[in-house]
Amino acid sequence: MTTISYREAIAESIARAMRRDQSVVLLGEDVGAAGGAFKTTVGLFEEFGAERVLDTPISEQAIVGAAIGAALRGLRPIAEIMFADFMGTCWDGLANHAAKLRYMSAGALGVPMVLRTHGGAGFGFGSQHSQTWENLAMAIPGLKVVMPASPSDHIGLFQSAIDDPDPVVFVEHKALFGMKDELPPEGHLIPLGQARTVRTGEDVTIVAAGAMVAVAEKAAEVLATGSGMGADVIDLRTLWPLDMEAVSRSLSKTRRIVMVDESGSVCGWSAEVAARLVENSFDLLAGPIRRVVPPHTPVPFAASLERDWLPSVSETVEAARSLRASFQSA
Amino acid sequence: MQADSQVVELRSLEEMIRIRLFEQTLDRMFARGLIRGTTHLAIGQEAVAVGAAKALADQDLVFSTYRGHHHNLARGLDMTSAFAEVLGRRDGCCGGIGGSMHLTDVSKGLMGSYAIVGGHIPLAAGAAWAAKHRGEDVVTACFFGDGTTTIGAFHEALNLAAVWSLPLVLVCENNLYSEYTPIGKVSPVADPAAGRASAYGLRPIVVDGNDVSAVYEIVRAARDMAARGEGPVLIEAKTYRLSGHSRSDPGAYRPEGELEAWKNRDPIRLLAQALGLSEVDVSGMTERIKQEVDGAMERALESPEPEPSALFKHVYGGATA
Repeated sequence: MTTISYREAIAESIARAMRRDQSVVLLGEDVGAAGGAFKTTVGLFEEFGAERVLDTPISEQAIVGAAIGAALRGLRPIAEIMFADFMGTCWDGLANHAAKLRYMSAGALGVPMVLRTHGGAGFGFGSQHSQTWENLAMAIPGLKVVMPASPSDHIGLFQSAIDDPDPVVFVEHKALFGMKDELPPEGHLIPLGQARTVRTGEDVTIVAAGAMVAVAEKAAEVLATGSGMGADVIDLRTLWPLDMEAVSRSLSKTRRIVMVDESGSVCGWSAEVAARLVENSFDLLAGPIRRVVPPHTPVPFAASLERDWLPSVSETVEAARSLRASFQSA
Repeated sequence: MQADSQVVELRSLEEMIRIRLFEQTLDRMFARGLIRGTTHLAIGQEAVAVGAAKALADQDLVFSTYRGHHHNLARGLDMTSAFAEVLGRRDGCCGGIGGSMHLTDVSKGLMGSYAIVGGHIPLAAGAAWAAKHRGEDVVTACFFGDGTTTIGAFHEALNLAAVWSLPLVLVCENNLYSEYTPIGKVSPVADPAAGRASAYGLRPIVVDGNDVSAVYEIVRAARDMAARGEGPVLIEAKTYRLSGHSRSDPGAYRPEGELEAWKNRDPIRLLAQALGLSEVDVSGMTERIKQEVDGAMERALESPEPEPSALFKHVYGGATA
């Protein structure tokens, strides 16, 4: 069994796409000769050359804009934005152009691009290098948003993202770079919009995405051994389109739901899931919906504060226990 | 483009009149409350569009702006579909979904008209890069105004285009105003585009934007340069808009006499004079062309509103859950 780390899986995903589809190109800052700021694109420049792996100036608007323009002409560009926070400078390209061109042109224009970005807190990178922002992207009609939680999921989801005719924001969490997984076979493909059940249980549904899936899994372990509570752990994998089917199917069994969401306490993706559950699955809920989210603050630098900022296993366990303690399922 | 130059110039004159009449028709329709939202007219700027359009090859691409009816029409956008789009009707070039600011016709290389100032320039650079990457004989032309030279995307795109030597012809239509503000108040250099060219290693090029032949010559030369792989070309065309920024702007910020002076340099009048045509000749041409334009508007008015289901179409090209 060959293992692969998440970091290596990123390069593997891109390589697989570029090998099977000549129209795929990669552009970004230091993605080529340097193998990537986080060493996530090692080997691509050597294999595919300067024609298809392009080192750009520090110009996020131009990187995203050029990717859009090339996509309009039928290439399938991968634009890398080094830190998700830097998407700030290219929201115009993403939100006003990539997301809207197909609609405004009544289908004449299309933007089959993937914007990959490294995101997430926990490393002392400070407030301007620690966001994930998948929640902002999913709020924009016309974009699709993916956040793989494992190396093999990265590979499978990335192929779907590349093949997708729509612009996809693909968020890679820094906390996962060292994670190891079995190398999936050639042709490994995971459709967008399909959540994954990581673990099953009867008493509570725990929904998470990205680096929070590991938090959810650990919390499920603690709940099983410490409280005799079984948890369904659901990894959303795609934030948009959202797999509400998977969530409500689990909820119909457990009647209780906790969500672990790094994207925010205000308008995080969990707020959207919660709203939809209340609208469409109210009768399935035996009690309130719990979201384990960061406080409504930027990410602090000091280690203890950043640790407090991030949603934790103990908060997740406590949230699940509070639901069992307060309410009996119908 | 090998045709007799007199014939070519006569066609240019007809084209400019055609575009002028289209814009004036929209102006009247708005005044009568028949069109919603707003529109940005290019009355007085026709020579830039017509000269550039003639200089580009059939397979070349055009990225335009919200003040871009003239670019689109000059490159062959069907006039009825253009009217219908501004009216928000089903037979509009974008099904009535885009409106005045977003005219598009990919079959004519018209890769969209964009309403975020400068936001389209990186896109044009990307399209140019795609052509270079594929070794295609396709040049991308990108139009924008003087006010665009102060936005970030302009600088990023120009830098990238220069460093990557992209087949991109950038045409700055300097109509002297960045919305309601004279460009001199917001640009530290007198020629807002040409004055910045050297910052990107490009040649400063200024052309009389109201002289359709001069525009044709310079864009032709630029197109050829770009096609030969010599990198992007930045052209600043000096012109003037005879109408306001948008329909809601009466233009009270113009200094006394400025409008009159530019009316004397009206590109249609200039070309007619150069061709030795009288006012009577021009009136005759205008009458004839007006029938075509009126017919196009009438047909557009007959087009129905979009179906209610059109609201939900084309958000995504691929499956969603």
